[in-house]
Amino acid sequence: MRNLARLRAIAGWLESRTGLGAIVAVPMAHRVPRNTASWAYVFGSATLILFVLQIATGICLALVYVPSPDQAYESLEYLNYQAALGWYLRAVHFWGSNAMVLAMTLHMIQVFLWGAHKYPRELTWVAGVLLFLCTLGMAFTGQVLRWDQDAYWGLGIGASIASRVPYAGPALVQTLLGGPIIAGRTLSRFFTLHVFVVPGLLIGLVGLHLWLVLRLGINEWPMPGRLVDRETYRRRYEAEIEKDGVPFFPDAARKDMVGMGVVVLAVLLCAAIFGPNGPHGVPNPTIIDTAPKPDFYFLALYALFALIPPWIEEVVLLVGPVVAIGLLFAVPFLAGTGEKSWRRRPMAVLGLLLIVLIVVTLAALGVIVPWSPVMDAWTGLPTPARFVTGRTALELQGALVLQNKQCRNCHALGGAGGQRGPALDDVATRQTQDQLIRQVLQGGGNMPAYGKNLTPAEVTAVVAFMQTLRPSNQSAARTAAEPATPGR
Amino acid sequence: MCTGSPAHGFSPPTASRRSFLFTLGLALNAVAAFLVGIPVIGYLLGPVRRRTEQAWISLGPLERFPEGQTRLATYENPFRVAWDGATATIPCWVRRIAGDKFQIFAINCAHLGCPVRWFAQSRLFMCPCHGGVYYEDGSLASGPPPRGLFEYAYQVRDGKLWVQGGQIPTLSEPV
Repeated sequence: MRNLARLRAIAGWLESRTGLGAIVAVPMAHRVPRNTASWAYVFGSATLILFVLQIATGICLALVYVPSPDQAYESLEYLNYQAALGWYLRAVHFWGSNAMVLAMTLHMIQVFLWGAHKYPRELTWVAGVLLFLCTLGMAFTGQVLRWDQDAYWGLGIGASIASRVPYAGPALVQTLLGGPIIAGRTLSRFFTLHVFVVPGLLIGLVGLHLWLVLRLGINEWPMPGRLVDRETYRRRYEAEIEKDGVPFFPDAARKDMVGMGVVVLAVLLCAAIFGPNGPHGVPNPTIIDTAPKPDFYFLALYALFALIPPWIEEVVLLVGPVVAIGLLFAVPFLAGTGEKSWRRRPMAVLGLLLIVLIVVTLAALGVIVPWSPVMDAWTGLPTPARFVTGRTALELQGALVLQNKQCRNCHALGGAGGQRGPALDDVATRQTQDQLIRQVLQGGGNMPAYGKNLTPAEVTAVVAFMQTLRPSNQSAARTAAEPATPGR
Repeated sequence: MCTGSPAHGFSPPTASRRSFLFTLGLALNAVAAFLVGIPVIGYLLGPVRRRTEQAWISLGPLERFPEGQTRLATYENPFRVAWDGATATIPCWVRRIAGDKFQIFAINCAHLGCPVRWFAQSRLFMCPCHGGVYYEDGSLASGPPPRGLFEYAYQVRDGKLWVQGGQIPTLSEPV
């Protein structure tokens, strides 16, 4: 009892000198609409606690990490295998970053569907978009600090995109890389961005974002038919929290606290089960047997680069991001009043669904990479036995040509091989002998011409083999001039 | 307190003295900000100003490159810094057509810079990222790249092959 009194006295002394308790009490006790104490409103605080987790683990990692290309990889290995619990902190930082991007995206989707970007919270949304961009910036620069092959060639992709900017291209590349090549000065730059610049921006923006939430009030649960009107909204909001408000702490904060605990525990669990990510291949540019791939947040972009037609690529690469980011910023100014409820905003819901579908589809394609040749298909995948049994010597020779000339890097046979070109299992039902010869010699439709790379004998053999590639119950392709002969 | 006392013959600061101090304060800080800004911005833009010189770098004796074949060669970038480590070593593809006729291709795909791989059997370069394919002379065979492979200048001197390199080739500065 006496100890408690002493503690109270110390707290009172601190409060009388600093006055910080009174400052914190105001936002804790501020009244919010009762209906915002909902599970749908927990993603913002979840993102915030994950950011705090990232700062804590990031500082720990920076104690060991060497931001220099000759030792960065070794310092990551040291963290993984030698430093006490280094592997676990790397894992928490990695899974925390994934969770933070995920929680932030869910938060963004939620506030958009609940109409929270509308009057008078336009700037809260704008600060949120900036936070979103900074977080993606952290994701990219963090991926670079995991100094492995993906990081090295990812920077190559970044430099190639920057170089396409008209006029400023070369200057941008040099600024990005800090020198003529991806090397020492490049990694230092990205370290500075990841550890000082962007986190500083994030902390400032989080402060602004929270201040705006406090000042303008948390968005009430939208009711269909209750329109946002610049004249009446603020008065109505004030009246509502006057009549039916609850203090933020503890009434609304309870679910936030549960949410924060759950996401952090989930991150800790993932980290313990799945461990850290990489570093993967040694970042030595002369090791070229590598297929660089970004982390999941950029897979959709990576897929887009492969799929957009080349003639429009420049525009999509350079104008696309400007338009997309500009539109994000413009959302509250284009639709700042009117219906807030998603039930009465079909276009907003459909638009959001469309974006989510596009991004998810592209990212899924980025996992499968059907457009990339399978570099070791020609050495790693045997020709399935059913395609060689009962074939003539010439046809067997053709099967060898098909394997040796890397055809299977792009063409699957028996379900295995590249998906860049069509599978060849039933190619004979689609193309006649003449068409096959032409296609092999001249290429076309995204296939290189093999005219100079195959001898006439090889062409004859490979075409003879491909003419056998059809199911026994389907007839071979024929031109319109040939009569259909049953049994052929 | 600091306004002085009339008893000692000091007059209180006039409005003009106050505004002078205010203006002086503004001006001093503006000059200071400017003087801090110049070196900071100059430093940040340093890599842009420093135009990279291209340098001639030896890829080794000619015998390393058999006629009619394409081989991977590597060179140390001369514009390196001490802590570059392995990243200062740059690979390139050397195609010896015949005699002193060569083609030296950058490893970087013309699409987005990924490392292209040579397949001697089908005489093609393939890119692992987005499926760009090039013929043995570097010209575009298929896929998204907007042009053929980047080609370095070369010369044959003292029985050695020399390549002119020094910076990452990109579309706006192809070698």
